[in-house]
Amino acid sequence: MKRIYLDYAATTPVDPRVARAMQSYFDKKFGNTMSLHSFGQEAKVALEESRQVLADLISAKPNEIVFTSSATESNNLVLKGLAFGRANKLFLRGEPLYGAPSSRKSSLARPHVIISSIEHQCVLESAEWLKKQGFSLTIIPVDKYGMVNPKDIEEAIRPETILVSVIHVSNEIGTIQPIAEIGKICRQKKVYFHTDASQSFGKIPIDVKKMNIDLLTASSHKMYGPKGAGLLYVREGIKLVPLLHGGGQENGFRSSTVNVPAIVGFAKATELCKKEIKKEGARLAKLRDKLIKNILKIKNSHLNGHPKKRLPNNANFRFDFIEGESLVMRLDIEGIACSTGSACSSMSLEPSHVLLATGLRPEQAHGSLRVSLGRWTTEKEIDQLIKVLLGIIKQLREISPYGKK
Amino acid sequence: MVKNNNKICGGLYTPKVMETFKNPHNFGKMKNPDGVGKIGNPVCGDVMHLYIKVDNPSAGLRAIIKDIKFETFGCVAAISTSSIITDLAKGKTIKQALKITKDNVVKSLGGLPKIKYHCSILAVDALHKAIEDYFSKKKDVEK
Repeated sequence: MKRIYLDYAATTPVDPRVARAMQSYFDKKFGNTMSLHSFGQEAKVALEESRQVLADLISAKPNEIVFTSSATESNNLVLKGLAFGRANKLFLRGEPLYGAPSSRKSSLARPHVIISSIEHQCVLESAEWLKKQGFSLTIIPVDKYGMVNPKDIEEAIRPETILVSVIHVSNEIGTIQPIAEIGKICRQKKVYFHTDASQSFGKIPIDVKKMNIDLLTASSHKMYGPKGAGLLYVREGIKLVPLLHGGGQENGFRSSTVNVPAIVGFAKATELCKKEIKKEGARLAKLRDKLIKNILKIKNSHLNGHPKKRLPNNANFRFDFIEGESLVMRLDIEGIACSTGSACSSMSLEPSHVLLATGLRPEQAHGSLRVSLGRWTTEKEIDQLIKVLLGIIKQLREISPYGKK
Repeated sequence: MVKNNNKICGGLYTPKVMETFKNPHNFGKMKNPDGVGKIGNPVCGDVMHLYIKVDNPSAGLRAIIKDIKFETFGCVAAISTSSIITDLAKGKTIKQALKITKDNVVKSLGGLPKIKYHCSILAVDALHKAIEDYFSKKKDVEK
């Protein structure tokens, strides 16, 4: 049986062109970027060329790109690095974040962080950890489509706010947040703005200058690059306390011997995504819309997330009367890979916090199914999913005690 | 501090669990059951309804469960434990059925991930509830 992969939001296969670009950096150009000899220098050149490619995609400068090992690391670096860095020190001295130090002895209010309720666990957990360390935390709710209202952010910002972090696109429901509006507010209020763009990077256009983004996270393995490479865009002038102290690589933001093969792959993957960003986006959106149209014909089925403002490759459904893990495992038996926000599929036995944040009751969140499309998704595969899904839902509903007359 | 909760996630189901999940036995609603056991909570994601039909009610604990059916809303473990308990209890006397333990359920499935053990308890509890319901209904009739 030929298996069908429809879980591109979880991870993607490495594009063969990316793998080819990486190959020589494992065994031939394997040098340490810190070495003075020619081996080191060819690795260093590859690193800096890669940095340029990544910076170009989001209209950043190369010196604003910090390579990390993952999006989780980037997000941890932002929250912890900023909280324990300049902002914290200034606030402890009662001075403002931007501009010249003032003589104003303001309150001893605890530094304040704002995030949305639909952040990835690595932002959520980092923020909760900061709270335990004495920082103040506000979690901004979302509407039923999973959308943050920029006004809520504006109202939540206080003089002691050091950071606003809002995910660009939800990895679960695919809702695209009004990042530019939030960025504008944060810039006006002189608060750093971070966005986790792990899902959107390379898939929809991002311009950190136009969108007033101060910090941005991206990940290689979500866009046909290898695992083990991530980045953090850090606007020039922003200081972060590093998580890793050592040899001072990555401008001191991240000590550690640089993972050149993975970064070269990340850059190659970015180049490919950039080239086809419009065309591929339109192709996937068309397939996604066909899927949504057909699946919503099933009785008692619903779309999670925003009907329009969603990533071209994301569809997230929920089906009344059945449970998501059963659904995913039944699809897997048929050779189709998708994912669910059901409690039974999670380590914690709690349903997805993102689905609950959109106002769903736990019993509704259990019946969710995320389908995420990608570079190798064909119309035939979508047709196959539609066909198989109809049968599986019918059977699981026959087993279920609910929804019968 | 990092706690090791020894949690096991999906992908660790035994072939027997998957086979049972794929082709569950005895599912569906029963008409005029002698006893019904309803257990679980949709908020938690597991709900089981178990129905039994009993032969020769005058035999007391020696009466035989001649038919048994289930309806389950839940995960792979919930559906497969539901199916297995119907297999284990069908054709048995009430006394024998009451002796089925969660370990019997887990063993019959060739094992379950630890995090899913509660599903095996749910199945046993549903059977006990159905038998309880049968006896209480019987009492009402005899009165």
